[in-house]
Amino acid sequence: MSADIRSRTPQEMMKDLPEDNMSGLQLSQDKLIEVYRSMRTIRRFEERVMDEMATGDIPGNTHLYAGQEASAVGICLQLREDDYISSTHRGHGHSIAKGVDIDSMMAEIFGRATGTCGGKGGSQHIADISKGMLGANGIVAAGAPITCGAALSAKLLGTGQVAVAFAGDGAMNEGVMSESFNLAKIWNLPIVFAIEDNGFGEATANEHVSAGSFTRRAESYDIPSIEVDGTDVFKVYEAAGEAVERARNGGGPTMLHIHVPRYYGHYSGDPDTYRTPEEKAAMRNNRDCLSIFRKHVKEVSLLDSAELDAVDEAVEAAIDHAVAAARAAPFPPLSALTTDVYVKYL
Amino acid sequence: MAKKSFRQALNDALHSEMARDPRVIMMGEDLTGGAGANGVKDAWGGPFGVTRGLLGAFGPDRVRDTPISEAAFIGAAAGAALTGLRPIAEIMFVDFAGVCLDQIMNQAAKFRYMFGGRAKTPLVIRATYGAGSRSGSQHTQALHAIFTHIPGLKVVIPSNPYDAKGLLLQAIRDDDPVIFLEHKMLYDTVGEVPDASYTIPFGEARVVRDGKDVVIIAVGRMVSVAEDAARSLAAEGISASIVDPRTTSPLDEDTLVEVTEKIGRVVIVDEGNPRCGVAADISALLADQCFDALKAPIKLVTAPHTPVPYAPNLEDAYVPTPDAVIKAVKSIVKR
Repeated sequence: MSADIRSRTPQEMMKDLPEDNMSGLQLSQDKLIEVYRSMRTIRRFEERVMDEMATGDIPGNTHLYAGQEASAVGICLQLREDDYISSTHRGHGHSIAKGVDIDSMMAEIFGRATGTCGGKGGSQHIADISKGMLGANGIVAAGAPITCGAALSAKLLGTGQVAVAFAGDGAMNEGVMSESFNLAKIWNLPIVFAIEDNGFGEATANEHVSAGSFTRRAESYDIPSIEVDGTDVFKVYEAAGEAVERARNGGGPTMLHIHVPRYYGHYSGDPDTYRTPEEKAAMRNNRDCLSIFRKHVKEVSLLDSAELDAVDEAVEAAIDHAVAAARAAPFPPLSALTTDVYVKYL
Repeated sequence: MAKKSFRQALNDALHSEMARDPRVIMMGEDLTGGAGANGVKDAWGGPFGVTRGLLGAFGPDRVRDTPISEAAFIGAAAGAALTGLRPIAEIMFVDFAGVCLDQIMNQAAKFRYMFGGRAKTPLVIRATYGAGSRSGSQHTQALHAIFTHIPGLKVVIPSNPYDAKGLLLQAIRDDDPVIFLEHKMLYDTVGEVPDASYTIPFGEARVVRDGKDVVIIAVGRMVSVAEDAARSLAAEGISASIVDPRTTSPLDEDTLVEVTEKIGRVVIVDEGNPRCGVAADISALLADQCFDALKAPIKLVTAPHTPVPYAPNLEDAYVPTPDAVIKAVKSIVKR
């Protein structure tokens, strides 16, 4: 941190800002560092999982969130620690953004006893109720009604909590998503539907399978909707702020339609040949939320490269630690096969 | 002790638990009936009158009439259970589980296991089941076997008013997801039911009747069919014991094994379809555990492997009858 940056008042800094980015860049420098660290952690976590998959030591397959980081981080930055989120099969980013410990997440993905779920859930079922993270989900759109239930709990118990249901473009064609919009509206639930549109449901282009528009679907339930560029964390943050505030103040549900790139194929074993090399290169060159963040904060002299490089180094060390700890951890004992089915059975 | 209907016994249990624990809420289609309309409130008191009076006592926040949207409200009930409430959700006819099975089977049943024991889901799903009301194939099935097959669920299938109240109170206080199945043709049956609250533990079978020649294991409404059969058999000098498992998950294996070893002849009566059903499941258990004590083959009396028909004569032929039970008993007692 150079002295001249620190000496500038927020009012002075604001003068340099492009108008559409005012909200996000009002964040304190500590918050900006936190935003960058969180996005960078997700990116490197996912890249590292992909590398570790190649060693054959991670069971099964995973669905990687790389490219979509600004969405999870921009939204979760607006949430309290006790607010709820639900996630999807592509859930690592949401968990990290909500504060789930990356050591325990990496151990879970390796199927180890020290994992978030003791090795019994795996990548697709990471959950940490203590952080308000109600679970990744192997069933498309299934988190939406569960999140309505969490929002109902918050409303009836009077806790002031808000619930965010993350879902993909593919989930918009599941019937239960429409049912959840309806239920959330008629019950005026404190909920945000965060639809992350990465353009593909598995290997099929969204435009090939989705009729109409997502925002108009929400609006037909009188649910306000906002279409957002999900490569710009400040735009996501601003839209999420409006949605979370509405929910928190008793104004009911909002839908965010967030456009994001998906860096990898549908799952880690997907060769992703249905997208051309040119498309993929353009996506990474032009729609990288980390580069876009760095450009923004440098343009207005809020953070300098050295500070961001230091974050990169710290993230690298944290991911190294998570992988080493996961590899050193034991698998669950065989006795764990039959525990945790019930609180009490017989 | 007061005489009460099966319906009133359930209504008692719902009233007392709603009063006892503010975290208990209810949701379902037409739990009250008349929501949003200008006429009588609580017009139906539930499609079968089981939930009458709860709206007036506890208000619309805790007694919620839902859209016809089972996947959404069963999912919401599961999510609410995960986050501090103790919901009782009603599926009007168990057949409608077809549109929300994901939320039951993949979500609520598996939260605790998938999350490594770090979650609990105190959810009750009440549903009516069973044939006899001339309602056709999609409103009359007995699907307890499907739920019994799924680890993480408990399955309760009461046969009489006393058990209905005690088992429902246990279900609401239980910390795991419970499927609570109510036979439509039992709602008007009457029995002794205490006014005070009491619970009946899951996994404890009831010995309905003691006998020495044969044991009839009967599930849900089939307990009364077995009782009718046993009375006729007694007149012919055949002494039948009857055991009601009361819950199919957990199953009281100890009692079933014990009575089989004592008597050696077993007939199992179940309204479910035969393939991979509860009767077949209990039969396999007893064949494995009691082979040396068996004096005859285990006989199963179930519905045929067909959907439930509409025409009264066909539906009557579909449901196991006392005569069918008597025939099965005689086929092994007179060996």
